[in-house]
Amino acid sequence: MIKKSKKYSVFSLVKNALSYHENWQPAWRNPEIKKEYDAIIVGGGGHGLTTAYYLAKNHGIKNIAVVEKGWIGGGNTGRNTTIIRSNYLWDQSAAIYDHALKLWEGMSQELNYNVMFSQRGVMNVAHNLHDVRELKRRWHANRLNGVDCEWLNTQEVKKFCPVINTSPNIRYPVLGATLQRRAGTARHDAVAWGYARGADAMGVDIIQNCEVTGININNGNVTGIETTRGTINTKKIGIVSAGHSSVIAKMAGIKLPLESRPLQALVSEPVKPVIDTVVMSNTIHAYVSQSDKGELVIGAGTDGYNSYSQRGGFNIVEDTIMAIVELFPLFSRMKMLRHWGGIVDICPDASPIISKTHINGLYFNCGWGTGGFKATPGSGWVFAHTIANDQPHALNAPFGINRFSSGELVDEHGAAAVAH
Amino acid sequence: MLLINCPYCGEREQVEFSCGGEAHIERPKNPPDLNDDQWADYLFLRKNIKGLQYERWNHSFGCRQWFNVARNTATDEILAVYKIGEKPPELESNNPITPCGEPAIGSGNFSTSNK
Repeated sequence: MIKKSKKYSVFSLVKNALSYHENWQPAWRNPEIKKEYDAIIVGGGGHGLTTAYYLAKNHGIKNIAVVEKGWIGGGNTGRNTTIIRSNYLWDQSAAIYDHALKLWEGMSQELNYNVMFSQRGVMNVAHNLHDVRELKRRWHANRLNGVDCEWLNTQEVKKFCPVINTSPNIRYPVLGATLQRRAGTARHDAVAWGYARGADAMGVDIIQNCEVTGININNGNVTGIETTRGTINTKKIGIVSAGHSSVIAKMAGIKLPLESRPLQALVSEPVKPVIDTVVMSNTIHAYVSQSDKGELVIGAGTDGYNSYSQRGGFNIVEDTIMAIVELFPLFSRMKMLRHWGGIVDICPDASPIISKTHINGLYFNCGWGTGGFKATPGSGWVFAHTIANDQPHALNAPFGINRFSSGELVDEHGAAAVAH
Repeated sequence: MLLINCPYCGEREQVEFSCGGEAHIERPKNPPDLNDDQWADYLFLRKNIKGLQYERWNHSFGCRQWFNVARNTATDEILAVYKIGEKPPELESNNPITPCGEPAIGSGNFSTSNK
C-alpha cells in the first residue's frame, strides 16, 4: 500500500504548496529491469496495471513487471469515452461487469488517488417498438441479476435529461429509456496513474518504452520474453495488449478469434454544464456525455474493416454527429475540438477472453472490443486470480478461449449499447 | 475513407463497399469429419494481421460483386485488387519495423528519428 509519507492528502497539498509545488515526487519509479520476474504483464493500460495491482494485493505475488510499449495511459486507456456501467443482458456478463462497478465505487479511496468517478447515470434510449422490447428485456434481466436498472417513459426521459429532443416528429422519436443510476464516468488517465502508483508502491516494476518482440517457449512452457530492451525471464506471462493481442499471440504461435478495428471518439469545445448524465442510443448510434472540463464527449462507431492505423473513416464520424444533432438540436452549432481513434480487438460474440492457453504459463486477457474501460478493475481482479492460481475465477470461467470450440458463446452484441 | 478500385466499376468511395474479412479461408471439404477445434478454427480464428492482409470486399451499393483486396492494415494502403478465384499477388509491403511498432507512414505516433 502507499506509505504514509507518500499519501496524497490535504496536508501533503499544503506542505507542497509551501514549496511552490516544486517537490512533488514521481508517482512511480523508473526501475532497472531485473533478469527474472515471477510474472510479467504485457501491456501497461488499465487492465494490465489492475492485473499487476491485484496480483500483488490479493495474491501476494510482488515480483512482477508490467512491460509497456509506449507510456502509461497512452493506449486505449486514454482513448475511450470513460463510460462505466454494468447493465448487460446475460448472467455471465452482468456478474463480471457489476463486480467491476463495485470496485469502481471504492477505487479513489483504495488507491488514494482521485479517479473522479461520477455516478451520473447512463440512459439507453429506445426509438422504436423493437428497442422498447429489447431494452425492457434487459431491464428485467438486470433486475433479476441484482443490477440496478429502471425504465423511464418519454416524459421521464425529458425530465431526467431536459436537453434531449423528445418531439414525436423526429425520424427516430424517443419512446423511453433504461436508466442505470449507479453507472457513470471516471477520469481515464487517473485510473491508469492511480493503479500504476498503487502497484509500484507494492514493488511492481513498471517498465515503459519497452516493446515485446518475442515470447520464449520451451517444451510447452513459457520461459520469458524478448523485448527491445533485452530478454526477461519468467514462468508466467499475462498478455493484456488490447488491439495488438493477435500480434503478440502470433509470437507464441496462437491464433485468436479477434479482429482489430479503429474506434473513434471526439470532443467538442468546452461549454457550461448542459448534460449531467450519459445518453446512449443503439438505433441511431450515438452516445454523449459531458466531461468535467465541459467538453461534450462523443463516441462514434467502429470501421467495417480491420486496421491498426489508429484512424477511422470520416463517414463514421459524420453518421454519429447526424444522430447527435437530431437527438440534441441545441448542439448543432458546437465546434468539435479533437478527434482520435483507438484500435479495439473485437470478439465474434462481443465478450472478452480472459483465459489460460494450451501453453503453460501463458494467459490472455483480450477481446474487450469497444467496451473494456468499464471493466478495468474487475478484469484485473479475475485475471490476477487466473494467473496466480492457474485456473479461472468463477467470474471469468465463462470467458475461456475454449468457448469458441464448445459453442458456449456469451453473445453480448445487443448490450454493447451501440451497434459496432 | 478508403478509395477502392472495384475491378468491375473502377474507383469508388469505401462507403459503397462492405468488407468481408480475411480472404482465402477455404470451407472444409469434409464437414462431418471435423472436430470442434477445427470448426472453431474455420469459423472464428483469424490471422488479424498487422501489415499486409488479403481480404474480401463486396461492392454492396454498386455492382454487388465480390473481389479481393491486398491492403496494409498498419497504414491502410491498398496495394492490389484482384478477382475472386485468382491467386493472391506476392507483394512487398511497408510493414512496421517491429511487430507492434508504428509503420513508417500514416501514424501520428511515428517520428522519423525512430528509423
